[in-house]
Amino acid sequence: MPRKLTNPFSTSSMPNSERTAERRPSQSKGSRITQFFSTPKSKEQLSAQQTLQAMQQHQGISPPTISLPTISLSTASAGEPNSDEPATTLFQPPSVAEESRRLRVESQFGPLISQSHRYISAHQGKPLEAPVEDEPPYFYVLTTYLSYLILIFFGHTRDFFGKRFGNKKHYEALKVQNGYAPLNDDFDNFYVRRLKMRIDDCFARPTTGVPGRYITLMDRKSDDFNRTYQFTGTYTETLNMSSYNYLGFAQSEGPCADAVEEVVRKYGLASCSPRADSGTTDLALEVEREIAQFVGKPAAMVFSMGFVTNAASFPALVSKGCLILSDELNHASIRIGARLSGAVIRSFKHNNIDDLERSLREAIAQGQPRTHRPWKKILVAVEGLYSMEGTMVDLPGVLTLKKKYKFFLYVDEAHSIGALGPRGRGVCDYFGVDPAEVDILMGTLTKSFGANGGYIAADKHVIDKLKSTNAATILGETAAPSVLMQISASLRIITGDLAPGQGDERLQRIAWNSRYLRLGLKRLGFIVYGNDDSPIIPVLLYHPAKISAFSHEMLKRKISVVVVGYPATPLISSRVRFCVSSAHNKDDMDRLLAACDEVGTILDVKYSTGVAGGLAPLPTGVTPETESEWRKANGLEGVISPPRWKLEDVIACGAEDAKKTLR
Amino acid sequence: MDLHEVQAQLTEWLDEAATAFQKVPGSAVLIRYVRSSYQNDPVRSAIELILVIFFIRYLLAPSYSTSKQNFIKLTEDEIDELVEEWVPEPLVAPQTALEEAEMEKLPVLVGPTGPKVKIANGKTVINLASYNFYNLNANEQIKEKAVQTLRTYGVGPCGPPQFYGTQDVHMRTEADIASYLGTESCIAYAQAFSTISSVIPAFCKRGDIIVADRAVNYSIRRGLEISRSNIKWYNHGDLDDLERVMKKVVEEQAKKKLTRRFIVTEALFETVGDCNDLPRLVELKEKYKFRIILDETWSFGVLGRTGRGLTEAQNVDPTQVDMIVGSLAGPLCGGGGFCAGQKDVVEHQRLTAASYTFSAALPAMLAMTASESLNILQSNPEILQQCRENIRFMRAQLDPRSDWVTCTSAAENPVMILVFKSEVVKARRLSIEDQERLLQECVDESLANGVWITRLKGMPITNSIGLKDGAWTVTPALKVCITSGLSKKDVEKAGVTIRHAITKVMTRKTNNKLGLPAA
Repeated sequence: MPRKLTNPFSTSSMPNSERTAERRPSQSKGSRITQFFSTPKSKEQLSAQQTLQAMQQHQGISPPTISLPTISLSTASAGEPNSDEPATTLFQPPSVAEESRRLRVESQFGPLISQSHRYISAHQGKPLEAPVEDEPPYFYVLTTYLSYLILIFFGHTRDFFGKRFGNKKHYEALKVQNGYAPLNDDFDNFYVRRLKMRIDDCFARPTTGVPGRYITLMDRKSDDFNRTYQFTGTYTETLNMSSYNYLGFAQSEGPCADAVEEVVRKYGLASCSPRADSGTTDLALEVEREIAQFVGKPAAMVFSMGFVTNAASFPALVSKGCLILSDELNHASIRIGARLSGAVIRSFKHNNIDDLERSLREAIAQGQPRTHRPWKKILVAVEGLYSMEGTMVDLPGVLTLKKKYKFFLYVDEAHSIGALGPRGRGVCDYFGVDPAEVDILMGTLTKSFGANGGYIAADKHVIDKLKSTNAATILGETAAPSVLMQISASLRIITGDLAPGQGDERLQRIAWNSRYLRLGLKRLGFIVYGNDDSPIIPVLLYHPAKISAFSHEMLKRKISVVVVGYPATPLISSRVRFCVSSAHNKDDMDRLLAACDEVGTILDVKYSTGVAGGLAPLPTGVTPETESEWRKANGLEGVISPPRWKLEDVIACGAEDAKKTLR
Repeated sequence: MDLHEVQAQLTEWLDEAATAFQKVPGSAVLIRYVRSSYQNDPVRSAIELILVIFFIRYLLAPSYSTSKQNFIKLTEDEIDELVEEWVPEPLVAPQTALEEAEMEKLPVLVGPTGPKVKIANGKTVINLASYNFYNLNANEQIKEKAVQTLRTYGVGPCGPPQFYGTQDVHMRTEADIASYLGTESCIAYAQAFSTISSVIPAFCKRGDIIVADRAVNYSIRRGLEISRSNIKWYNHGDLDDLERVMKKVVEEQAKKKLTRRFIVTEALFETVGDCNDLPRLVELKEKYKFRIILDETWSFGVLGRTGRGLTEAQNVDPTQVDMIVGSLAGPLCGGGGFCAGQKDVVEHQRLTAASYTFSAALPAMLAMTASESLNILQSNPEILQQCRENIRFMRAQLDPRSDWVTCTSAAENPVMILVFKSEVVKARRLSIEDQERLLQECVDESLANGVWITRLKGMPITNSIGLKDGAWTVTPALKVCITSGLSKKDVEKAGVTIRHAITKVMTRKTNNKLGLPAA
């Protein structure tokens, strides 16, 4: 039985009440009114959360809001107790049932606060510059290494004594037992037991309900240092900065869900057969046609899993005697697919066009290793948007090389499809490139479309051949009818065929949210990676201890975030990754900024030096074009002061500045 | 500049260098060491000096890669010319005639799948091509549950299990499977096809030893290939041969460090359809200290009184099999796959199995459906019986009566694999391609008469070149999938249709001629 979710408000009030209790008087109605008339100076003494609330007061009353003040207040303020909610209710909602339904819908997809919070995601002319990667002072790098050394040292010491004197049960698996070699005993295992186990509660947090604007976590605790967990039976509704719900299609209400319900009732749950046997349905062909049309390719095919899309396609495209040039940060599925293909694999530096050209020249000049025969073909594999870095591929750059070096181009749009481009059609759309120039466009349907699986789009003869030669189509299961319908319905919403206007709103909201949050974080002083328009926003933490600390502090503020460390990232650059969604609105972004501001100060992660952006505004009269002259005139050339903006300034200027060129 | 000025400058620099050197902590010790050792043994100092110089030279030497030993240095112009001249092969080869024909003739299903389906040309046919053995796809109770789940969870979980993609539904499904099978723990994957390809490399690393049946399916082969382990093969279904191989492995490894050893095999073989002997396997495993990875994709929900698979059918304690891998997508009509075993075994996969960690979690609806299907199988085992009866009826129509084909599947396997009798192949000198072509004709003929069957697809296995000496020629076969959703009359009628279709194809004039050596 699916558990019925409780009212989000009642769940969100519980654990935090102790912490905020003492501050409550200052948040009562009286103080809010004084805030309206208070000078900015008095604001400085308030905590970030209170400031934020004051800011939202201004907005809540401003005319463009469609939502009730009750909603925007209570859903947007972090960990706010509900006790003062009735005080701001201007009129009674129509009925309890209707109200709870509306709350449910808004907890999945937030209302847009102002029409001005929209932006069109498109490349602005100039060649794409690689984003500047800021670096922290050496002290932090050194202490990060030191932290790992200490962790490893303690881990080995504990293993040494543990194996001899410790609880037998915990070490049995590491020893030869009854003639069987230990099942896992290598460094990976040490890493998991001694390093990851310490912060294990930050990962795989079980959830329930829809992973939309909010996500409901099942609270759990551990009495034995994360070896086992007990569920406390309570739930916490948190702001969801973790799911790949780019366009906000994770919804249990609305046109998509209605279409899916209809298809379940009509088609049942499965097709029960691979595509090559009896799994080819009218629905599947229709979805393939729609995807092809959407991405701008003559044909497409759908797989039931995104991972397998890559893993099964490479062997069907290249084989022995071919070369795969792969970006060093490509996803594991590409690497596994490449390995299975039997082709030679070489990697080039992440997003580095010069290195790619060098590798290409060398490959073509030298031919195959030892024999020097020319390569049968060269396939360059890149991702549209890199999931851990937030960087975009320099597609125009790669395409210039493609003309000269005649390689085939495979673009994995797992994260970029839907999330980038004025019409949501991925990197080609973003850069204004004709999709015909890219040989193979691959993407997942898990993320932007809220479904599951992956697709490949290419010329018709390529797809036909792939359909008859790749193993996942011949032997793997077909995507379920319900999943296919979710894809179809969400695609039609994006293109505007279904619920006109909604698609554009979704596309423009995610673009604006991404820029707003990125700019805000930079201005607060965080080191943020990635391109300006990317909805993946990684913030660097460095120290391993801060990985869990950041996650816990955010959870205290009821925000769920993804934290990643080695091996998903290089050893020292542990990070937290925010995934922005169309389901978020400015209140959510502000709530996150406020939380980050506080946590960033507590944990000392505001490392930024300003080279990557977030700089103070230019004085009046100076435009970005005349900035260099102004700097020359004032002797400020090369002088960059680390940005450490105040939260209220970030929030006040952010909405406008996010639409300009970020600086 | 005069010479003495240069000299003065030089001495000044030397002095400076000397004082700077003396300021370095430990320099005094070094000087004392050099002095005393020089006085004691000048040769030793000389050797040490040479060593130091060699060390510095080694450090400064440019690193070279061993793979570029036959690197040919070319000028930029020459490279440009080579680039200009190079013509790559097309991205994909053109489709072969068989592929093209197959794609053209592939029937498109309109509407839901079931025992009787409508295809694109408007005809309603009997569907013996899908794994819908118990017709659970049409079960209203399951649909209702799925819709409820949809209205609570949406469709996709929008994230990998490690990052907030684990939902309570998944945990419940995992617990349900574990308790159904009787194992300690279980992990649910998002796709059945790729499950075992990830399970194998999660445990088997370089240097480990895997003994595998020669007839294992494509997914297993892919897993073996990625694992980079040392792979040994035994003849299909020949457990004596397995014992011989295991004995050899144990002898070879006797003096070396103990490595992990695995037997990888299937319960019901995908390409042959026959059944494994699990008690014997377990006995061998215990004797030679191997672990078993058992692929129950085709037997889970099929064998045993309540469909628990091979362990139930042959009365083996499921805890004696280290890893049981199965599918939730076939007869259960849900989605995804699973691996059941001890808690350690399962937890290890959550971090190391690629298709679990790097892929989005299973949609909640499909997980819920799988759970619900298991529930139905457990509470009404009679539907399994009904399916088995239908298998008997179908067999009676085909195996003893047909002059051309024989069924290699086990008696309880609803996937009936029909291969040409060896005497037919011999008499007509049928090559693999000929057989495939003939079987495709049988499929087409049968469909024209209202019964949809399909062909076993051996191409991916035949084409995968990664595994050396694991070569296995898949015997071309027809695949007839029985379902409990048909009445006895329907099944028998379908059986007759298939038999006649085969006879018709085999007695066609054109096909008869083809068998002759001169033609």
